[in-house]
Amino acid sequence: MAANAGKRNYSLTGPEGKRAEARGLVAAEWYQTPIPRPRMKELMKRRDGPAIRDTIIWLGGLAVLGYLGFLAWGTWWAVPVFLAYGILYATPADSRWHECGHGTAFKTPWMNEVVYQIASFMMLRSGTPWRWSHARHHTDTFIVGRDPEILTERPPVWKVLFLEVLHLYGGPKELKRFVLHAFGRLDREEKEYIPASERRKTFLEARIYVLILLGLVAACILTKSVLPAMYVFLPSFYGSVIVILYAVTQHLGLYEDVLDHRLNTRTMYLNPVLRFLYWNMNYHIEHHMFPMVPYHQLPKLHEEMKHDCPKPASGLLPALREVVGALRKQRRDPAYVIVKPLPDTANPYMHGVPNAPNLQWQSS
Amino acid sequence: MSAETWIEACGTDDIEEEDVIRFDHGDRTFAIYRTDKGDFYASDGYCTHEKFHLSNGLVMGSVIECPKHNGRFDIPTGAAKRAPVCVDLATYPVKVENGKVFIRI
Repeated sequence: MAANAGKRNYSLTGPEGKRAEARGLVAAEWYQTPIPRPRMKELMKRRDGPAIRDTIIWLGGLAVLGYLGFLAWGTWWAVPVFLAYGILYATPADSRWHECGHGTAFKTPWMNEVVYQIASFMMLRSGTPWRWSHARHHTDTFIVGRDPEILTERPPVWKVLFLEVLHLYGGPKELKRFVLHAFGRLDREEKEYIPASERRKTFLEARIYVLILLGLVAACILTKSVLPAMYVFLPSFYGSVIVILYAVTQHLGLYEDVLDHRLNTRTMYLNPVLRFLYWNMNYHIEHHMFPMVPYHQLPKLHEEMKHDCPKPASGLLPALREVVGALRKQRRDPAYVIVKPLPDTANPYMHGVPNAPNLQWQSS
Repeated sequence: MSAETWIEACGTDDIEEEDVIRFDHGDRTFAIYRTDKGDFYASDGYCTHEKFHLSNGLVMGSVIECPKHNGRFDIPTGAAKRAPVCVDLATYPVKVENGKVFIRI
């Protein structure tokens, strides 16, 4: 049995955060695969070219599908065309939001910021609050009571995962937050990780989002059609299926409360199309261990690290099978986690980490 | 007499251009930088956002990026340039003599 059996309180304002602090798990030193500094410098190097190319392909693809959707509107052809549009809208918006939030996608800072703000709106995520939420996710990855981005607790709440296929859990929550922020307020959990100096910016962004959404409502009323919302806003819902499939593979079924990303994060191999949509975030252990490496260098980072990491899942479906299997077991035994064997060439889990939690290994 | 003293931190050849190294002195830790123009600078070693060593970060021109959350500082002034960094970094005077880098702390 692992140490953290039973149902826990995942709230950032509950007792688990203090418990994690007492155990030395907050803002702690994590295990890192040793990589020589000259090689790391090469891998961290920023470029504008790959992200400009990918952004042109993405937005160009949306323009083409959007035009086809306009032509097909009123026929059954509109269904597959808008499904493709929605997937191409939401999936890259999620990954571009993520990479530009880290500031690593482009070399030029304003390009990261512009794409970040656009992608945040497309994903219905408040730009500034989510930047801080994600910073906390990287500081305290899957530390219960600290990480605001734990998708579902143990035992898993299936309803949340199923609703997220159409973004019907997170979407309405974010819309409520837009309104709250537009009125100059934050919710209790946000106060835990958004510093006071960033709150004005949060409120300004929300007011801009609300104005855009009101403009969209006006456009639908004026045209007496839902078509304008099929291009903006609704794709955040009807196009979300791959976003949630990617999201569940990142950490679910793995350990909580550890200081080694190899134990709580999953890397999987994907084909080039899925990697384009995801901007290589399938190399998720690599990203968490070295977040300053840009997405276009992650395959090379993976080559540097794979001798020190568990074997990646061979594709999206095998990774999903692994996650679903683990979540089903966690229904009966919330302490169940997958522990992946390391290759002989790897350092042991949490090697050299001060304050490493004492875990009892449980084989999968 | 001033309590501040010049401390030898490293040799000039110990840092490549556009790079940073860690220098520990007593119970304190510092970051020593060499920018793309070949100038040397020194600052506190930890990011002001959270306690991570800047010496593992990336120097781009005269900017240092924290390795954990990608917050950025202007190296010469220590000014915070990008969230999640909000608080400026303390910087220290540097002099180079006979191939050695000294910082005044």
